[in-house]
Parts: sequence; structure tokens; C-alpha cells
Amino acid sequence: MALTEERSADLDIARIRKDFPILERTVERKPLVYLDSAATSQKPNQVIDAEADFYRNHNANAHRGIYMLAEEATELYEQARAKLARFIGAPRPESVVFTRGTTESTNLVAHAWARKVLREDDEILLSQLEHHSNIVPWQLAARDTGAVLRYLPITDDGQLDLSDLGSLLTEKTKLLAISGMSNSLGTLPPVRELADAAHAVGSLVLVDGAQLVPHVPVDVTELDCDFLTISGHKMLGPTASGGLYAKVEHLEAMDPFLGGGHMISEVFPEYSTWNEVPYKFEAGTMNIAQEVALGTAVGYLEGLGMDAVRKHEEEITAYAIERLLDAGARVFGPTDVSVRGGAVSFWYHDIHPHDLATVLNEEGVAIRAGHHCNQLVMRWFGVPATARASFYVYNTNDEVDALAEALAKAKRVFGG
Amino acid sequence: MALDEIYKEVILDHYKNPRNKREMPGAVLRCSKNNPLCGDEITVYVNEDTGTVTDVSFVGQGCSISQSSASMMTETVAGKTRDEVKERIGAFRGMMAGEVEADEDAFGELVALKGVVKYPVRVKCAVLAWDVLQDALAAQGEAEGSAPH
Repeated sequence: MALTEERSADLDIARIRKDFPILERTVERKPLVYLDSAATSQKPNQVIDAEADFYRNHNANAHRGIYMLAEEATELYEQARAKLARFIGAPRPESVVFTRGTTESTNLVAHAWARKVLREDDEILLSQLEHHSNIVPWQLAARDTGAVLRYLPITDDGQLDLSDLGSLLTEKTKLLAISGMSNSLGTLPPVRELADAAHAVGSLVLVDGAQLVPHVPVDVTELDCDFLTISGHKMLGPTASGGLYAKVEHLEAMDPFLGGGHMISEVFPEYSTWNEVPYKFEAGTMNIAQEVALGTAVGYLEGLGMDAVRKHEEEITAYAIERLLDAGARVFGPTDVSVRGGAVSFWYHDIHPHDLATVLNEEGVAIRAGHHCNQLVMRWFGVPATARASFYVYNTNDEVDALAEALAKAKRVFGG
Repeated sequence: MALDEIYKEVILDHYKNPRNKREMPGAVLRCSKNNPLCGDEITVYVNEDTGTVTDVSFVGQGCSISQSSASMMTETVAGKTRDEVKERIGAFRGMMAGEVEADEDAFGELVALKGVVKYPVRVKCAVLAWDVLQDALAAQGEAEGSAPH
């Protein structure tokens, strides 16, 4: 696909695309148009090479051996932690626990914090926007503790309806667990405002950063959240990389999550004592090569500049929404790009999203069709599923045009 | 395999003008199921008379593959004995698994769905109604001798 000039002055998209080898492949003899970065991002050569380089040249278990390779592995692993901490504005590297991603991070808090702290009739406040991974762990914790789940509703344009915040967020609330960016609607909730309100009633705040951290500049001290979950594979890193940021005092007060090697200080027949934070939460051999490569992904994004990333995505999302609306699509979620990110759910001329995705695939265009692990959102809008296009640093307006052309073809096929 | 092999006229025809898409009050058998991937749900109704499936209908929403497959299913199994219906279900599954040669003599219009075989995820859409029909018949088998509800 020929690249035309991009409106973002800051990101050199043509140069960025050269870093992503998968973008050179074809699908059905057409150039791949990858519009599913909200599900997982593609990986630049730098990240792929970093993971391979770890295995080729530095592979050993981290925090175990005292030979040189083991020292190198440990150093690379800890450097990655420091990079990730710096990337999200965390004051100390030890406030970042490596995990397999946001789902594991949320479950870690649901086990190690919620089950220890919550009592009957305590409340966890979620929102109707939440991904299943920020609902189900709390349902399980509530079942075990007698705590109660409450939900912030959403408005017709997919923003949080805060009109009843005062009655939903009370001194009973022990945790506000809220999406930083909706994975289906793109909505950017006012996290800092909510965090202040939650702290005012003594509640802690967990921000689901799966979609936020890859796409928006994040500073945990500015957000003032207690927990932030991080998905590596959605921010150019390998699958099974990611982390949990938590204020260190919370990590110190929490129980361990998984028991096993390295998370202990001493083991006796009847009991054990725990390693220091964050190692208390890193049982067994971790995804060392993946976290190391996540550190490289963080460096790549820092090199682009997260402000430039955000600017590019605002522009391409605005263009995509404009094209979709012009084509007669129903776009779910806010249309103002200042309050939303680049995940755009839509319904096109009554063509079922599955049918749409299959026809688009024939044109090389990869979009997501389904409920996006967002059944509360789907139910709210009265649809079983939506089609979703989502954008990242390598996407161009030409690709939005390819999407629009493929949609027109789908309309011809289905006569919608 | 080209797009038009999947969305043949017959699929679009059954999608846009589904046959036997109606509730069936007083049906002997009724069963519902959803496709967890997309949230589509389908309900199948069956009436029987002395071991013969006399009427099959369905309601629900879904993609062109699941809806057209359900529509064609209702036509192909009506008037067949319970054993013949089970055989049809098995044969259709075989075709969608790519194990059975999909010839028009054996499958009639359902042959139009053979192009879906190349999309494993969509195969679930195609067999959804057939799964529900099979569950309905199995539930009836277990309740043999008891009064229908």
C-alpha cells in the first residue's frame, strides 16, 4: 500500500512501519491492514530481536545463579522493570511486579489484597464499561468475602454516567476498579477525578491499564491510583509480558499471590516467610525473555514519545469515525476524540459483525468481531456483538480508506 | 476459495428470507443455545408424531452463516424419522469438519455452506442450530416415556 502523507507531524509512520515485519505480508493476496491492536499489537523488529537475543546470548534463570550468565539475565530482567516503572511514572522500580498481563495483575490484587481485606457488605465499585477481566475476578472475590459489587452506569454515548456517583461511592466502598480506556468503545473515563472521589471516602483505586498504558501518556503519581494493571503484548511487547504497579505500602501489606520458588525468604516445615517486594509476588521462573523484550518495547515507545503516539491516534481515530459515519455506520461510544482512544466499535448496515469480518478478511483487512469481553456494554446497546477497528502507531489513513472500501464491498455482497 | 463460494446466493436467500423462522407454541421439543464467541443465540422447536419429526422451526439472531444454516436445517429434517434426523446431523457435522465429501446429491442446498470449512471459527456458526437440534432430541431421548412439556 502506498503511503500518503500523514497528518501527524510527530510520528514518521512510514519509518515506523518498516520496523514491523508482519506489515509486509499479504492476506488473500492483498496487503495486510491490521486494525486489531486493541486485541494485541504487532511487534517491531527491535522487540523480536531483544527476545531472541536474550535466548541466544544471555539465557539463564534470573535471581538464581551466581555465574556470569545468571547475573546478565538478572540484570536485563531488572533493567526491564526499571524501564517499565519509569514509563508509567512509578517512583520506585519495586512498585512494579511482573505478571503475564492485566488479567493476572487483576487476579493478583483480587487474591492478595481483596480476599485479605474485604469483609461482608464491603463494596467494590466497577463500571459498566469494564472488560470481563475487571469484573470476574471481583465476582469471585465477592463470593469468597461477602462483599458486594456495584456498577457505575454509562450514558448513551458510552461515557460514564457519574450523576449517581455520590450514592454509589460511599464509605462502604473499599475499592474502585475502573477501566483507563474502554477496549470496545474507546472511552477515556476521568480517572483522576474518580480517584480523588474514591480516596475521599477511604477507597483504594485500581485502574485497568490494558488499553490506557499503550496509547496515552501515563503517570501513576498524576493519576494517583493505588494499582495499575499493565499488558505488555498490547504495547508492542511479547505475549505473557506485563505487570502490576502498586504503591509499595500496599504490596508490603498484601499476602502473597502464588507460592513457590523465589517468593520466600525462609521456608520451614509449617510456615514460610516472604521475600521482599516485589519478589514476594514473583513465584517460580518468570517470563524473563518476554519481560526483557517488554523493556525494549517501552524504549521504542519512549523513542516515539507518548504524546506523539496519542496525537497520532486522535487524528487517525477522528478520520476513521468520520469515514464510518459517512458510510452510514452506527458508531458506538463517544465521537469526540479528546475523550476517547482508538478502539472504534460499529455496526454497519445491519450486516452481522461476523459476516463483516469475513468479507473484510477477503480484502486483507483484519478487524475484530464479537462482544470483545464486554458483554455489559453489548447488552446496554442491545447488540450481541460489534465490529471493532482499533489503531496504533503503525496505522495510516490509507488503511482507514481500505477499511471503508472493504465495507462498501460488504454492502454490495449483502445488499444492505 | 473466493468469497462468492461462501456467500452463494442460496446462503443470502436463506439469510434474508429464512424458512420456518417462527416460534412454535406447543412444540414437543424446545432447546436454546448461544455461541459464546459472538453472543448469538438460537432456539429450535421440534414437533414429532410417532417417531417422525413433523415440523422444525427456529428463532434467534445471528450472522448469515448461522441463520441460513438453521433455515436450511429446518427444511431438510422435516418429515424424517428421528434416526434419519440424527444421521443428517452427523453427516452435516462431517461436512463441516471437512471429513465428508460435500456433494449436492447428499446435501442439497446445504452444500453452499461447505466454503465455511476454511474458516474454523465460522464453522461454529454453521453448526449452532444443528447442535441445538441434537440437544433437543437427546433431551427427549432421556425423558422417553415421560409426558412432553
